[in-house]
Amino acid sequence: MSSGEVQPTTSFQAYRAGLAATGQSVFSYVLFGTYIGIGALSHDFGFSIGWALACTVVVWAGPAQVILISTLGAGSGIAEAALAVGISSARLLPMVVALLPMLKKPGTSSWKLLLPAHFTAVSMWVEAMRLLPSRREGRIAFCNGLGTGYMMTAAVATVTGFYLAAKLPPLASSALLFLTPLAFFMSTVRNARELVDQLAFALGLVIGPLFAYWQLGLDLLWSGVVGGTLAYALHRAREATR
Amino acid sequence: MSRFASEYGAYLAMILAGFLPNEVWRWLGVIFARGLDEDSEIVVWVRAVATAILGGVIAKLTIFAPGVLAGTPLSVRIAALVIGFAAFLLVRRSVFAGVLAGEAALVAGALLFGIS
Repeated sequence: MSSGEVQPTTSFQAYRAGLAATGQSVFSYVLFGTYIGIGALSHDFGFSIGWALACTVVVWAGPAQVILISTLGAGSGIAEAALAVGISSARLLPMVVALLPMLKKPGTSSWKLLLPAHFTAVSMWVEAMRLLPSRREGRIAFCNGLGTGYMMTAAVATVTGFYLAAKLPPLASSALLFLTPLAFFMSTVRNARELVDQLAFALGLVIGPLFAYWQLGLDLLWSGVVGGTLAYALHRAREATR
Repeated sequence: MSRFASEYGAYLAMILAGFLPNEVWRWLGVIFARGLDEDSEIVVWVRAVATAILGGVIAKLTIFAPGVLAGTPLSVRIAALVIGFAAFLLVRRSVFAGVLAGEAALVAGALLFGIS
């Protein structure tokens, strides 16, 4: 299948291939670690196990869940929690816009894209961008398989974390929390094959914390727009001089 | 959660404050992606924006660390990220090797500063 030759693939085979791909992905371990933390957090703020599990399936975005649980749990109003979640999740928009054109053929109905859009989160996006170019057929089903695999892993971890409930010593908790930045860093670098992506990543690393430090509102979104546009402009300038 | 009158209240809050403000960006993405081709210039730009946001998220999680991770010195966290990246480059761009080396560096550094 990796040969990229035209091979008849059924949707089910593509879905299964996506599901299987999560078994070999470093993100499964990262998600497991991240969602153990989220499960423990839900428990500590007094939410039920059913609520914690539903939150993982329905929201399906790690940072948004951490914000939701900690704001609602700490007694913030629903409007305030919604605003904080909405701001943190704006990063999903460019991810979905970059991913969906790889899934569509002329005439693909938008309804079929709602499920892969729901599954889009950092882990699924990074793996899909890496694995999709070697697939011709069944890309939507493949993405749904990826999403299902990751979501199942996260669901198991949410339950595990809920019952472990932060009984871990600080060193173990620190190591778990550090998994996310570490693995996202390596995977993004591995994916950034073109200069424009490498530049964008490096600029985001520098601009992101600066904007956060200056306490601009929507700092992540702005660092993305400024860093990404700068990288794109440099890429265009380089293309033009060739 | 005790402040929610019922379990249903907590689920309603999840939908209003968690699901809707999050999912709306995915729905907007479906709308904006209509008619875009994967090689079009706007998609290259959008991918650069998404990648830069990811860089920002990673840097923020490292520098303004959440929870107990904030108890480890900033220098240890940054050094662990650099060591992880070096291992990643040395071991044929293996994400697994990078994560392992970075985690080992973080734990060693934390132990050095008396966190256990």
